[in-house]
Amino acid sequence: MASHSTLKDHFRETRLFTNRAVIALLLAAALMILLLARLFDLQVLQHATYSVLSDKNRVHIRAVPPTRGLIYDRNGALLAENLPSYQLEITRERVADLDATIAELRQLIDISDENISRFKKRLERTQRHKPVPLRTRLSDIEVARFAVNRHRFPGVDTVAHLYRHYPFNGRGVHALGYVGRISEQELQRIDSTNYEGTEFIGKTGIEKFYEDLLHGEVGVEQLETNAQGRTLRVLDRTPPIPGLNLYLNLDIELQRIAETAFGDNNGALAAIDPSDGSVLALVSMPTFDANLFVGGIDSKTYRALQDSPDQPMFNRVLRGRYPPGSTIKPFVGLAGLEYGLIDPNVSTYCQGWYMLDGDERKYRDWKKTGHGHVDLTQAIVESCDVYFYDLALTLGIDRISRFLEPFGFNDLTGIDTSGELTGLVPSRQWKRQAKRAPWYPGETLITGIGQGFFLATPLHLAEATATLSRYGSQLRPRLVAATEDPDSREIIGLPAVPNIAVPVIDRANWDYIIRAMTRVVHSPKGTARRIGRGAKYKIAGKTGTAQVFSIKQDEKYVEEDIAKKLRDHALFVGFAPVENPRIAIAVIVENGGSGGAVAAPIARKVMDYYLEQVLVEEKPPAQQKEQKP
Amino acid sequence: MSLFEARAEVLRTNRRNLAETLHLDAPLLICLLALSAISLFVLYSASGQSIDVVWRQVVRLGVAFLIMLTLAQINPATLKRWTPWFFGLGIGLLLAVLFFGETGKGAQRWLDLGLFRFQPSEMMKLTVPMMVAWYLSDHPLPPTLKRLSVACLIIVIPTLLIAKQPDLGTALLIAGAGVFVLLFAGISWRLIFASGAALAASAPVLWHFMRDYQRQRVLTFLNPEQSPLGAGYHIIQSKIAIGSGGLYGKGWLNGTQSQLNFLPERSTDFIFAAYAEEFGLFGILALLVLYLLVIMRGLLIASQAQDTYTRLLGGGLVMTFFIYIFVNIGMVTGLLPVVGVPLPLISYGGTSMVTLMASFGILMSIHTHRKLLPR
Repeated sequence: MASHSTLKDHFRETRLFTNRAVIALLLAAALMILLLARLFDLQVLQHATYSVLSDKNRVHIRAVPPTRGLIYDRNGALLAENLPSYQLEITRERVADLDATIAELRQLIDISDENISRFKKRLERTQRHKPVPLRTRLSDIEVARFAVNRHRFPGVDTVAHLYRHYPFNGRGVHALGYVGRISEQELQRIDSTNYEGTEFIGKTGIEKFYEDLLHGEVGVEQLETNAQGRTLRVLDRTPPIPGLNLYLNLDIELQRIAETAFGDNNGALAAIDPSDGSVLALVSMPTFDANLFVGGIDSKTYRALQDSPDQPMFNRVLRGRYPPGSTIKPFVGLAGLEYGLIDPNVSTYCQGWYMLDGDERKYRDWKKTGHGHVDLTQAIVESCDVYFYDLALTLGIDRISRFLEPFGFNDLTGIDTSGELTGLVPSRQWKRQAKRAPWYPGETLITGIGQGFFLATPLHLAEATATLSRYGSQLRPRLVAATEDPDSREIIGLPAVPNIAVPVIDRANWDYIIRAMTRVVHSPKGTARRIGRGAKYKIAGKTGTAQVFSIKQDEKYVEEDIAKKLRDHALFVGFAPVENPRIAIAVIVENGGSGGAVAAPIARKVMDYYLEQVLVEEKPPAQQKEQKP
Repeated sequence: MSLFEARAEVLRTNRRNLAETLHLDAPLLICLLALSAISLFVLYSASGQSIDVVWRQVVRLGVAFLIMLTLAQINPATLKRWTPWFFGLGIGLLLAVLFFGETGKGAQRWLDLGLFRFQPSEMMKLTVPMMVAWYLSDHPLPPTLKRLSVACLIIVIPTLLIAKQPDLGTALLIAGAGVFVLLFAGISWRLIFASGAALAASAPVLWHFMRDYQRQRVLTFLNPEQSPLGAGYHIIQSKIAIGSGGLYGKGWLNGTQSQLNFLPERSTDFIFAAYAEEFGLFGILALLVLYLLVIMRGLLIASQAQDTYTRLLGGGLVMTFFIYIFVNIGMVTGLLPVVGVPLPLISYGGTSMVTLMASFGILMSIHTHRKLLPR
């Protein structure tokens, strides 16, 4: 290799290399600027977008359900509470073989086929990463047994929950109602955001009517989670607003007395304080345990309830539409007086039956031998049917229905619990529309004694009786007296809501009827005379019987011969004390037979208990004055 | 000359003497130490604050710096003499891997030598530019077409052997290292552009030879949102980490993407995203400046080299370092398809660090073994 040529090359090569090195450096710098441009794009121009994505990755929102409001009776007895319990939950995405896991769990914990089918149904409409309960209300032993074996069950956990509990079980269930799991239809109706995380919703009764107040407002937790879904910390928390507590007008002890008074009988009772419209007791017998429905009732128990001949789930007091029978007579009598069509002192002769001109049919009186000469007072006291057949005919159906409608039988009473039905005051127009038939005079007669098409619920009868005792003014019956904010303990009373009053033409007419009703209880011939004995206060009342099936002409009604199911319903309406009414009651005992013997004594027991308290309450100021010299 | 200036001159001479005795280049060393320190900080955060991981990295750095120091002592002339043997050994080992190699992560890259496992492809990152430089250095530059063809073969054979393992990342680096040596050798621009065009034209052929997973990577690169939970997950999460970092970053140990495990491979290939998330664009700027200083110093060393072999080798090694940086950041930011290239000196892992530090050792050796010419 020639040394001079390499020397010559050396200079050229050095220059060439330096040239290329500068170019390489420029290339490197240019490419780095390209990278920086890309980074500027990501970190500055698209920063907001990626920040949101980053937060979406790590921040998860969890709803914190509010605590449901409690329900107390008028004396502060707890009727509906929230108790903690453990439930077994499975998160689908963390369980590899679901069926095998359930099979293994069944060896530790009692899990029915029913539980499993319900679980699978809920699983279908739940996102895979959310836990679904398999068994609720685990016993302490089951919780412990699972805790020991937990490591064998990834994705399965026991979680503490609050569930609704009714300490009095079935008492007052038809007023109180119950909660249950939110159904698919309810999900469509409710604000799903507010119910995120909520398990229960009011299904019936007060629980349903006051759902909005009882539920409260959902809280929100922002959780930081890692890529595996594990929660690391709570970033932010908006606490839920708990539902309001409710204080009822209902007296659970009064309710107990009323329910017990029914014995084995089916029936219903509504007790209202006419002074403010408070509903003191709302009874439908038999009852059932509301707690059965909270965790989801199993189909066997449900079918037993549904198929029971006593129909415990039938809300008789709000939805039982019974013919009012003779309990309507004071109202019909009042109609006669207010329209000026009868002189209360003129008697009608009762021979035991009544016949219309040109009609072969005999309209019987309950007393076969007849009542003889009776005026309006006697007709109410002895419950003479013939007198009212005659009066009904004089009034005519148009006047009867026009007079009775304002008492509210055709409307809902507006009571603050769910499920009530309207009654029915028949009229010419109603029959034309509903039955596509004209009105017959015979139908007017039986309307006059509360039979035929006439229908009323026990609540309607109690409310009409209260209206009578108030001389026509009407108040909406109210179960809830006040709400309480569980945080601030602030109690807000719910005001009485007046309904449109029944027009009064002459208060003397109302006095007359009330006096007659007082004699039903407090005179020797009164049909409810047995409850007047020993009463420390004056009761105005009226008994009634409602026919369950009609007796053929010329047939005798022999109570003993008829199966109990076909016996007449026994009714009683009344209020007390007459001078200053504090309680108005309607009682119906299904297939009870005689109103005076069966229904009225139940009312008396309820009145006794409640009025004793009222009298004590109203006396103290006087007693205190006496004590202070 | 004042007394003060004289004293400063003495101090400077002393320092040069110390650096020269150890055959180290101070500016380069300072940059490398700074990068290593950054690596430890980022790793501590990205590993979920594992001091264990940091210690292991410290040990690796220690080994790598020792290797750098060792290679700095070897005279480039000796290196040049041994170059063909190294290359031959490398090719032999690559063939051995092909037949007896161990499989790890779906690719055959490792050779079990009893005491430790060895990745011959790593060694080729040094020996390929060495071999090309050796082959071209004894003849006038720019090379003739014939010599150029042979040089190309020197590049292509190991590249293909490595691509077959398959290890696309390393193959790319090796090819890049070789090509940059050719570039520094002064081949004409016309040839460079022509071969670039030819490479682009051969892309479909290349596609044909790719493995399924490699094709998938390219497809994912073109449209990462297509499979957000599958192959695209890496790149989507990486972009979220970088983008959410913003100008100033979320702060050390505060990157949610990396701390909460959303960012995959966050201490190895995707460590840049973890860094970008916590330190932001300004942090990146600092890192890139540091990298650029290393490249500038490296190119300066190469251009001050006294013979063709060291000049070409030095330039090739520096540009390999740059390819690392560009491919890794390009991949993590979604500019390039995902190939397994670590972020040099920052990513967790020993193999590539040892190779990189070895190349810096060679650079220092080139600089410190110059024969001092009288000015």
